[in-house]
Amino acid sequence: MKKRVEYLITTGGLTVLYLVIMLLIVVGVLNGYYVGVIIAIGINIIVASSLNLATGFLGQLALGHAGFMAIGAYGAAHLGKYLMAVLVMPDFIKGIIVLVSCLLFGGILAAIAGLLIGIPSLRLRGDYLGIVTLGFGEIIRISIFNIEAIGGARTVLGIPKLVGITQIFILVAIVLAALYLLVRSRHGRAIISIREDEIAAEAVGVPTTFYKVYGFAISAFFAGIAGGTLAFYQGLIDPKKFTFMFSVEIFIIVVLGGMGSFTGTVIAAILLGVMNELLHAVDNWRMVIYAVVLIAMMIFRPKGLMGTYEFSLVKVVKDYIAKRKNQKTT
Amino acid sequence: MALLETKGLGITFGGLRAVGDFEITIGDHELVGLIGPNGAGKTTLFNLLTGVYLPTDGDVLVEGKSVVGLKPYQIVEKGLSRTFQNIRLFKDMTVLDNVKVAFHHKMSYGTANTLFRIPGSKYWKEEADIDKKGRELLALFKMEDNVNDMAKNLPYGKQRKLEIARALATEPKLLLLDEPAAGMNPQETKELMETIHFIRENFDVSILLIEHDMSLVMGICERIIVIDYGVIIAKGTPEEIKKNEKVIGAYLGQ
Amino acid sequence: MSYFIQQIVYGLSAGSIYALIALGYTMVYGIVKLINFAHGEVLMMGAYFTIFGIISFNIPIILALPISMVLCALLGMFIDRVAYKPLRNAPRISALITALGVSMFLSNFFKLLFGAEKRKMPDFPALKGGYVFGDVTIPYKAILTLVLTLVCLITLQIIVRKTKVGRAMRAVSEDKQAAQLMGVNVDLTISITFAIGSALAAVGGVLYAINYSQIFPTMGTLTGLKAFVAAVLGGIGILPGAMFGGFLIGIVENLTKGYGAGGWSNAVVFGILIIVLLVKPEGIFGKNTREKV
Repeated sequence: MKKRVEYLITTGGLTVLYLVIMLLIVVGVLNGYYVGVIIAIGINIIVASSLNLATGFLGQLALGHAGFMAIGAYGAAHLGKYLMAVLVMPDFIKGIIVLVSCLLFGGILAAIAGLLIGIPSLRLRGDYLGIVTLGFGEIIRISIFNIEAIGGARTVLGIPKLVGITQIFILVAIVLAALYLLVRSRHGRAIISIREDEIAAEAVGVPTTFYKVYGFAISAFFAGIAGGTLAFYQGLIDPKKFTFMFSVEIFIIVVLGGMGSFTGTVIAAILLGVMNELLHAVDNWRMVIYAVVLIAMMIFRPKGLMGTYEFSLVKVVKDYIAKRKNQKTT
Repeated sequence: MALLETKGLGITFGGLRAVGDFEITIGDHELVGLIGPNGAGKTTLFNLLTGVYLPTDGDVLVEGKSVVGLKPYQIVEKGLSRTFQNIRLFKDMTVLDNVKVAFHHKMSYGTANTLFRIPGSKYWKEEADIDKKGRELLALFKMEDNVNDMAKNLPYGKQRKLEIARALATEPKLLLLDEPAAGMNPQETKELMETIHFIRENFDVSILLIEHDMSLVMGICERIIVIDYGVIIAKGTPEEIKKNEKVIGAYLGQ
Repeated sequence: MSYFIQQIVYGLSAGSIYALIALGYTMVYGIVKLINFAHGEVLMMGAYFTIFGIISFNIPIILALPISMVLCALLGMFIDRVAYKPLRNAPRISALITALGVSMFLSNFFKLLFGAEKRKMPDFPALKGGYVFGDVTIPYKAILTLVLTLVCLITLQIIVRKTKVGRAMRAVSEDKQAAQLMGVNVDLTISITFAIGSALAAVGGVLYAINYSQIFPTMGTLTGLKAFVAAVLGGIGILPGAMFGGFLIGIVENLTKGYGAGGWSNAVVFGILIIVLLVKPEGIFGKNTREKV
């Protein structure tokens, strides 16, 4: 099958999914509350997929993604407020320009932070890296809390609300596509080979230090995008959100879905998002249940729900066509 | 000019000399054996040649240029490639992807090209190219049916072969094999010898082979170097080595 | 100057609590190469056990503390058996995630049982006040903390260096398989390590409660984390290193607080950790090890 046809199938599938969601909203099955839940899930998909790149594919334990998300959120929000005030153009175009440029800005800021922490610390192994990223996340949170110019301990208000269901759908699709394409390239193979065996990767010509920093920075970039998306969806930033426990929640999504499977991340983010709503009434039990699930998962199914399996609509279509051919010939 | 030349190469770990004053020259299309008892410093020597360890003394020249201080991946670019004593495959990657990783340094498309795969761009050309080359290479090693298997699911003998194929995929001028027969039964060892012969006939590559099983090395190498306690105690043809008293002493333990 | 010395005194007192907790981290890491995130929760439970003993059963603290140590030791062994032992041969990251899970479970479960609010530690009249040297006061609490910590460290050193159990511990941390072949009961040794570490955490938890006059279900999370930082700073697996790291963190924390940058103290602690790991990844007292190729 031609590559172009394959891309068409994927795009078509996404369009159908989008139309179905929009239809459900129009006929009133999905009310504003549910749409909010979907958007929250979408943001979690973005940040958890980015973490999956660093932890699942690159194999580096990162426990500070809330920090990168915070950087992206504050960066995007401040630039957004400024641009909204100075730009003079029709609202619709202005919204798109501000959203795109601010998300990129937030992402780049987060990526720079990722470089700063990654370059020196990626030579540390495993758990040490986990502690350093954790510490770094805390440093970012504390810095935001203590520097009034960034936002201080107060909630940042007055951020333009630029993200709705359509925007989140497009953003999730773009981020997942970008990560998926990246993983299936020479860069992606280099990244995965480092997870598998760093010494062997270096011995067959992979510049491992470069790719560790590269993977980590890209991961931080998309976490920053997720942060900006969150800010533009809520119209405010609560500095108390970006704690260590939030990093852990993102981490749980990745582990639950399967380290090394974006499909798994999507499924786990949806599952946890729905579970969050169902357990809302017993919020205290929520974390206890998550903890038990996490432990049980590691003992009985350490590879997560999906392992490293990726769902592909193209493959489904191909299998279907092959089946039809078989039926015709027999 | 020699392909590989070492001059007074040595390394000391905390006062203990693991390899010292090591001098060797390897030319084009040679098969040299490196033998010595356990702990003689054979693997340490490989680690020195491939940039895993930084030597404390001496120099390593590849085609006349020093490679000391280069990172392991840069030494691969200079034309040295190795296998490991305890097989190090990318276990959760397919057989074909294992080989494709080794083509990495021959490829050049960037991140933008990865994300925007414009028809006819470098991405498609290079990927199609290494896909073809990778399959051909695996076919030479009779693994064409295994391309989509996970590396960890291969039988032991094929894992060894895959590791060698992966090393060859970097298109080396000198292939360093670290005890490839370790853990193999006589049948597998025999196949391995055939594989090495096969590589000699089909690839333009020199081989430096570590073994501590004497009979295997004697059977296929033209030239043998014997080390003990990190220093060379004998050099020569298999016939000469067999008769050398120092070698016999080192192996029987005086 | 006296203000500075006063801060150092407070720092030493806080630092010895970190040191006690860090000992548990470093022992467990040394022997099973696992960051036992649940260690912080064990310390929290140690404090709760003691306070319940004092308030509900009217037991004097001299008795409540040892009982709590025993309970925590059992708890530590239990955690190891249930959550960590099945993963002994799994990838390190799985065990680490499990440890995070256990930590989350304990702190949230306790929140459910006792509520998230802070409880006041009963006052001990004997510990009010302190020795006064000019402008510097050394609170009795601080003296008790320091003395108790030193006693624990010395006892621990004797156990590790001079007893059969200690020798088994050192053997297992060096090479598990070799130790097993030499007739060491590896599982038992690991259990004992968890037990000792957890008992020390209980002491740490009680001292924390005495010094800060309060307990709450999440008190162990950040305290534990900083204690782990202390263990890494000193060089993981090295007992005096953990001690040194604990004091260092306690002093740094109190100096930042004392000089008007209290909001930054945790950032400074993590900042120091990052710098130390970059300059000397094996910790201040650590020895360099490299992976075998």
